[in-house]
Amino acid sequence: MKTVFKRPDSLKNVQTHFCPGCHHGSVHRLVAEALDEHKIRSETIGVASVGCSVFLYGYFDVDVIESPHGRAPAVATGAKRARPDRIVFTYQGDGDLAAIGMSEIIHAANRGEDFTVIFVNNTTYGMTGGQMAPTTLPGQKTSTSPYGRDVKNDGAPFKMAELLAQLEGVAFTARVAVNNPKNVLQAKKMISTAFRYQVEKKGFSFIEVLASCPTNWGMQPLAANQRVSDEMIPYFPLGIYRNTANL
Amino acid sequence: MSVNETGKVFIKGNEAVAMAALEAGCKCYFGYPITPQSDIPEYLSRELVKRGGVFIQAESEIGAINMLLGASATGVRAMTSSSGPGISLKQEGISYMAGAELPGVIVDIMRAGPGLGGIDASQADYFQATRGGGHGGYRIIVLAPASVQEMYDLTMLAFDLSDQYRIPALVLADSAIGQMKESIVLNARKQISLPDKSWAVRGRAGDDQQNVVKSLYLGDGEMEAFHWKMHARYQTLSDYECRWEEVMTTDAKLIVTAFGSTSRIAKTAITMAREEGLKVGLMRPISLFPFPKKAYAQLSDHCKYFLDIELSTGQMIDDVRLSVARDAEVFFYGRPPGAGSLPTPEELLEQIKKFYQTVISHQGD
Ligand SMILES: Cc1ncc(C[n+]2csc(CCOP(=O)(O)OP(=O)(O)O)c2C)c(N)n1
Ligand code: SF4
Repeated sequence: MKTVFKRPDSLKNVQTHFCPGCHHGSVHRLVAEALDEHKIRSETIGVASVGCSVFLYGYFDVDVIESPHGRAPAVATGAKRARPDRIVFTYQGDGDLAAIGMSEIIHAANRGEDFTVIFVNNTTYGMTGGQMAPTTLPGQKTSTSPYGRDVKNDGAPFKMAELLAQLEGVAFTARVAVNNPKNVLQAKKMISTAFRYQVEKKGFSFIEVLASCPTNWGMQPLAANQRVSDEMIPYFPLGIYRNTANL
Repeated sequence: MSVNETGKVFIKGNEAVAMAALEAGCKCYFGYPITPQSDIPEYLSRELVKRGGVFIQAESEIGAINMLLGASATGVRAMTSSSGPGISLKQEGISYMAGAELPGVIVDIMRAGPGLGGIDASQADYFQATRGGGHGGYRIIVLAPASVQEMYDLTMLAFDLSDQYRIPALVLADSAIGQMKESIVLNARKQISLPDKSWAVRGRAGDDQQNVVKSLYLGDGEMEAFHWKMHARYQTLSDYECRWEEVMTTDAKLIVTAFGSTSRIAKTAITMAREEGLKVGLMRPISLFPFPKKAYAQLSDHCKYFLDIELSTGQMIDDVRLSVARDAEVFFYGRPPGAGSLPTPEELLEQIKKFYQTVISHQGD
């Protein structure tokens, strides 16, 4: 009988702690599928960040280093430079990457560090209870922007996939979503490409995933999926922003 | 650098640190420029790279310490160096390394502070170094060289101890020792046998065990158990790894105690005092953590008077007071850091004489 669906080998057979409808689980799966596809599980080092994805080591069946909040790109730099023959990826939330860790991500990207960054943008600080993130949309209410994000006070949301695309060291940046089957298929392709670029030693690859946080958005999972299409994608358009293969 | 006929080289303290790192097999260096330690990255940017190692000038000291964390997690020997303001920024990373039981060498060429302070020699970061400047309650190994030779030897030792105990190690010097040039012997040293790094994160090829380097402990009692485990390890360090130097302490009525650059000046001053017939000695801790408590306690069995000298308003004095017998008295002479604060031997001699008078008046000749 042909197997049509199975758990990727790179994922452990355990229940996750993610809230119902949270997209972190889907993103974990797509990353694991990419590791399986390229047969790199046994040579991969994951670098976890601080946020709801902190338990990376509990779900991925690969070696993992945990890093301080925002510092995953620096930790990954150290690991990859020390072991250039390994595959290294970071997995970071938007607070982690685009607020406290902005310096680390920009410089790692600019150096063209040969690792892959999975950036999960859910427009909020999930783990700490839904505060305003650097990617919170204008007007979006959070626990620390009760009147809605005011661009005059807080600045406008960072568009990381576009921002990093300006840097010469970057091989690949793309923004994807996982809120419907079509987007999931596209995301799978992009994540796979990012890891392939690393396997081919092409340089820094970056995937921004627009993700839901139903809990802190105060929404049912399906409504949260819908919000990704209705509010996030118009502000954060999907697509490839830099691809050195096309330069 | 040329080796002279006696097999010695004439180099700066900071260069000795860099050369020792190469000799110890350090594979990666990560740093950010700051005076007075920039000779270390400058040297390694040339020499480490020649030997196939990794040199990165990081975006900040925060970047550098986390690169150290990442490299060290894969099992290689790695180092960073900085001074006051930069060491402050590294504290978060050092805390994470301590929490994850990661080795790694951090060199701190102290300068004056707080704030931007100045680039003059200082010992006012003793507390920051020995008390664990970051959060959570941990200790790191702290070694305090007092010569260019020791910059070399103790940097090597820092790599060994750090690997052996899986605790970050800090080499604590100041700009006087870092910038000073002296002739030293490049020891071809015996490498101690080190435990293998089966815990390191290398990808699972080979063993198929999942290795995780982390400091998150959420299970019931897990964090508490970690603290007691490390407490026991710190105790083992105290039992086996204390290092110190004693000079003319056997018959001393007054024992001067100082570390690093200050101890050098104090050594000259006690020699001058001896020439004048004063029975003074020197106790110089080399390991500041573990602090040689037992050695102080033993000294204070026969000598009841100590004079602690520091380039600060008094920090190590707390450890000295906690170590000596209860009936021993600890005097203090301090020169808080800043331009012109490095005392002369004559100045220290004067202080020694002053306190010696007090000793004699208490004790008789
Ligand atoms: C230095 C530091 N500051 C603050 C925190 C608290 N903290 C933990 S997770 C987090 C934000 C997580 O949000 P995000 O990165 O968006 O990830 P998510 O949880 O949404 O996946 C913060 C601020 C911390 N752990 N360390
Ligand atoms: S808080 Fe949000 S991001 Fe975190 S697990 Fe729950 S839904 Fe996911």
